[in-house]
Amino acid sequence: MERETIFWFKAAPIHAFPIDSGACIKYLDQQIAVFNFSQSGEWYACQNLCPHRMQMVLARGLLGSCGEEPKVACPFHKKTFSLKDGKNLNGDDCHITTYPTKIEGEYLYIGLPFETSQSEKAENIT
Amino acid sequence: MGGNMKKIIVVGNGMVGFKFCEKLHQADQEKNFEIQVFGEEQWPAYDRVHLSSFFEGKAKDELLLAPREWYENRSIELLTNTLIVQINRNLQVVIDHLGNKHQYDYLVLATGSSAFVPAITGVEKKGVFVYRTLEDLEALKSYASHCKSAAILGGGLLGLEAAKAALDLGLQTHVVEFAPRLMARQLDDQGALLLKTKMEELGIQIHLQKTTSEILGNGKLKGLQFTDGSFLEVDMLIISAGIKPRDELARKTGLAVAPRGGIVVDDHLKTSDPNIYVIGEAASHRGLIYGLVAPGYEMATQVVNQLIGKEVKPFEGFDMSTKLKLIEVEVGSFGDALGETPGSKPILYKNKTKGIYKRVNISADGKRLLGGILVGDTSQYGMLHQFFQNHMALPPEPEDLILGNRGGKSAQGFGIDALPDSAQVCACENITKLHLCQAVQEGNQNISSLKECTKAGTGCGGCLPMVNDLLNSELKKLGKAVKTTLCEHFSYTRQELLDLIKIKEIKTFRALINEFGSGQGCEICKPVVASLLASTWNEPIVKHQHIQDTNDRYLANIQKGGSYSVVPRIAGGEITPEKLIVIGQVAAKYQLYTKITGGQRIDLFGARVDQLPDIWEELIAAGFESGHAYGKSLRTVKSCVGSTWCRFGVQDSVSFAIEIENRYKGLRAPHKIKGAVSGCIRECAEAQSKDFGIIATEKGWNLYVCGNGGSKPQHALLFATDLDSKTCIQYIDRFLMYYIKTADPLTRTATWLNKLEGGIDHLREVVIDDSLGLGEELEREMEFLVNTYSCEWKEVVENPQLRARFKPFINTEEPDSSLQFEPLRGQKIPSNWV
Ligand code: SRM
Ligand SMILES: Cc1cc2nc3c(=O)[nH]c(=O)nc-3n(C[C@H](O)[C@H](O)[C@H](O)COP(=O)(O)OP(=O)(O)OC[C@H]3O[C@@H](n4cnc5c(N)ncnc54)[C@H](O)[C@@H]3O)c2cc1C
Ligand code: SF4
Ligand code: FES
Repeated sequence: MERETIFWFKAAPIHAFPIDSGACIKYLDQQIAVFNFSQSGEWYACQNLCPHRMQMVLARGLLGSCGEEPKVACPFHKKTFSLKDGKNLNGDDCHITTYPTKIEGEYLYIGLPFETSQSEKAENIT
Repeated sequence: MGGNMKKIIVVGNGMVGFKFCEKLHQADQEKNFEIQVFGEEQWPAYDRVHLSSFFEGKAKDELLLAPREWYENRSIELLTNTLIVQINRNLQVVIDHLGNKHQYDYLVLATGSSAFVPAITGVEKKGVFVYRTLEDLEALKSYASHCKSAAILGGGLLGLEAAKAALDLGLQTHVVEFAPRLMARQLDDQGALLLKTKMEELGIQIHLQKTTSEILGNGKLKGLQFTDGSFLEVDMLIISAGIKPRDELARKTGLAVAPRGGIVVDDHLKTSDPNIYVIGEAASHRGLIYGLVAPGYEMATQVVNQLIGKEVKPFEGFDMSTKLKLIEVEVGSFGDALGETPGSKPILYKNKTKGIYKRVNISADGKRLLGGILVGDTSQYGMLHQFFQNHMALPPEPEDLILGNRGGKSAQGFGIDALPDSAQVCACENITKLHLCQAVQEGNQNISSLKECTKAGTGCGGCLPMVNDLLNSELKKLGKAVKTTLCEHFSYTRQELLDLIKIKEIKTFRALINEFGSGQGCEICKPVVASLLASTWNEPIVKHQHIQDTNDRYLANIQKGGSYSVVPRIAGGEITPEKLIVIGQVAAKYQLYTKITGGQRIDLFGARVDQLPDIWEELIAAGFESGHAYGKSLRTVKSCVGSTWCRFGVQDSVSFAIEIENRYKGLRAPHKIKGAVSGCIRECAEAQSKDFGIIATEKGWNLYVCGNGGSKPQHALLFATDLDSKTCIQYIDRFLMYYIKTADPLTRTATWLNKLEGGIDHLREVVIDDSLGLGEELEREMEFLVNTYSCEWKEVVENPQLRARFKPFINTEEPDSSLQFEPLRGQKIPSNWV
């Protein structure tokens, strides 16, 4: 995947996010799910679209871990995805895109590919 | 890798061809063989046995037996979309449809079969389908979307499966059978008749003794013309009249082919050419074609053993027992089902009201089980099949085999322990009891590792209940407590966690996992712990939103497309006109799809998450409360109108239903709970299908418990009679609390009771006789929950912080514009998903 050129989108202040669960960020037409683990202070971001039945819901899924791998379970059919690399942990073919995150001055930033522009519909990001 | 690797070519990448690759790769430790597989279909081998689950929304890749990487990782060269058209035996090459030649040392033909299509005039018409490949099903599904009705030609196993699929596609479904009964080879007249009745109850029309003379229609099928002059008008036809082995390659290259099709093999599955084997449905062995996977898998193993030089037993043929799947009707048939063995004696059991028919055929000397038929209840199939297959000695009263549980005590000696070590538990993978026991002793002590290690239960899955029983019995013998631990994060059972939460006064998930678990939790343990915390402390569940499933998190049921539904409580189904009007006004204002539910209340669908608090604010202002349709909690207590209006009513069932529904509203449990109160014995509230049901008598109330609707309906059992209202409530308090404390997650009361040692008698002892001395404690705990109830929606509506959680986006106030709806009969529905 081409990821050389990313820009950091200033998403929201970190206190706005619920603890140990997910929330959704909108960037142009794109919906991005953001998750945090309060104990370790880790933050993850991925597409909000579940590739299984193309539902915009991953931010509403349950957060968890499988071994060391942080994961999210889609609320519809409980497909689970790694938040590190987006791999489907049920062994199915569908994967998701994940994005890097960083925190600066109490704000969460999401690293998005530069090409992401208004013309691109959320459906295209897989 | 050695330089003189032998090259194996497998023609056909179906179920058996795949199994062959898997087995050979496993067995070939020394890497003596190189494997190349050709498949005509566009996908790698998939699970044909569960093909119909494609209609239940199973994605194609979920049906694959292994993804392409599987082959790559094992250096197995897979060429899909490639048809082998010719074999040149002298040169030992096969030629594909593009003319490429491929050299082999050994050739394994696993070409399976295709659907047999009888030569009826008009079969080529549009709208005529077969039911064999994924491609067939795709075509069928897309055509069906423009159809209202379908006929299935053939009333055998497969035909009935196809009929169920057609029914599920919403088609008016007909089955046309040439013989005088359904499943003629597996069932006798009585069994088949009962099956027919049951299919008809499902809405499938059955036409027996019909010979189709012509398929009519102008280019596109319009109906079937029968030889008796009658005509059946349908929009599509699915032919399921048997299979035709794919023996064309063998024919062309001069290998012997059986008169009725199939490539002739000997007991070593070899053809007359010593370098060519045939396995699976394409093979004709001792004049028989085996249309099932298990014998095909056995053949694959046989050939692998020969190739790697392991000890070989001749292939002896195979048992053709079957259990019908996928259809709501339970049907099983094994061995000599029709009792054709000379001297065989049948024992029959028939229960017309329950719709059960069972038959076993006993050998002339009374010592062996020859075969049998089960319709309506196949719970004994596993055991009976074992008796049959292992030639086990029959008990002195062989009728116990099918009558089973008589006089309250369970029959002795038919348990898993009675099986010999050689008993085959998994037929698909040919795994014996001994295999499994050894695997458990070697440390595979949970079901997934046992499955992975032995492969048992990975085929049709029918043996899984037995594998589970075996695992538990073996663990017991090893002195290990059999426990179903929750998931990788907690090695405790639900009950243990409940105790820990109480004793240690744990109030949050974080505290529990830090002290007693590991990792970050998951979609299994989080909702369970949420429910446990709620059943113990009855704090508003909104406090624990991060561990709730989406329904509990947003206090609404998620629907296709990501919108939510709203279900206000309408206790006992009683509602004033004023309140009805409010529901109508709210629905109109927010454009919600409105429907009466099966639980005597009203569901409003299609709300955006950000609209939920506003909708509820209006409902609460009009006196409504949350209906908890999203929770594992009390749903509804149905009522019938009862003695206030009804001329037969003997008690006021509505008032009692309302009292009970209000008592238990909000109660969190391992699964949802439903109740009902009927005003007399006519039982219009269907109380006997509920977790607890109450039926009025002249003297008071009869209490029933542990009923269930759903996919495995079960009638509630009469628990106590002629109770006054107070005692009735006392018993329900104790019953529900005991259930909450002891049931596994997601177990309804009926399933809980089925597993409860001592069954209903034990339950009566605990609840009525207070044998465990728990009565008062259970009542106290229930009283606490009843007294601490509050409507969680009210809390959200009144609390701006909680309300803020219903924003779809954190960084903007915009609503979610990705939701899409379509109109339907004057209301809206979500656009269908892909
Ligand atoms: C809305 C409703 C259908 C309708 O339009 O009538 C319905 C809808 C759902 N039912 Fe039901 N059931 C509804 C009455 C029933 C009934 C009839 C009844 O309650 O009298 C039954 C059979 C009785 C029983 O439960 O024993 C019923 C047996 C099920 C089952 C099977 C339970 C079982 O033990 O086998 C499920 C699946 C489950 O819970 O795991 C289920 C699950 C569901 C779910 C939650 C499926 C899902 O995950 O989305 C549906 C979501 C409800 C929603 O979105 O609001 N529903 N469901 C009914 C709501 C009743 C209510 O007012 O609360
Ligand atoms: C809907 C349905 C339900 C079933 N349910 C059950 C059940 O419950 N229990 C049970 O035991 N069995 C069941 N069966 C039967 C079971 O699926 C078959 O017995 C099994 O698939 C046989 O495996 P096979 O590999 O011999 O043949 P197949 O699975 O048919 O595979 C043969 C493959 O070879 C390919 N092929 C053929 N000729 C060539 C060629 N010349 N070149 C390249 N490729 C070729 C075919 O395209 C096909 O993909 C069911 C079948 C169907 C259709
Ligand atoms: S059960 Fe039927 S007959 Fe009896 S009171 Fe209710 S409505 Fe009337
Ligand atoms: S839509 Fe996400 S798992 Fe099905």
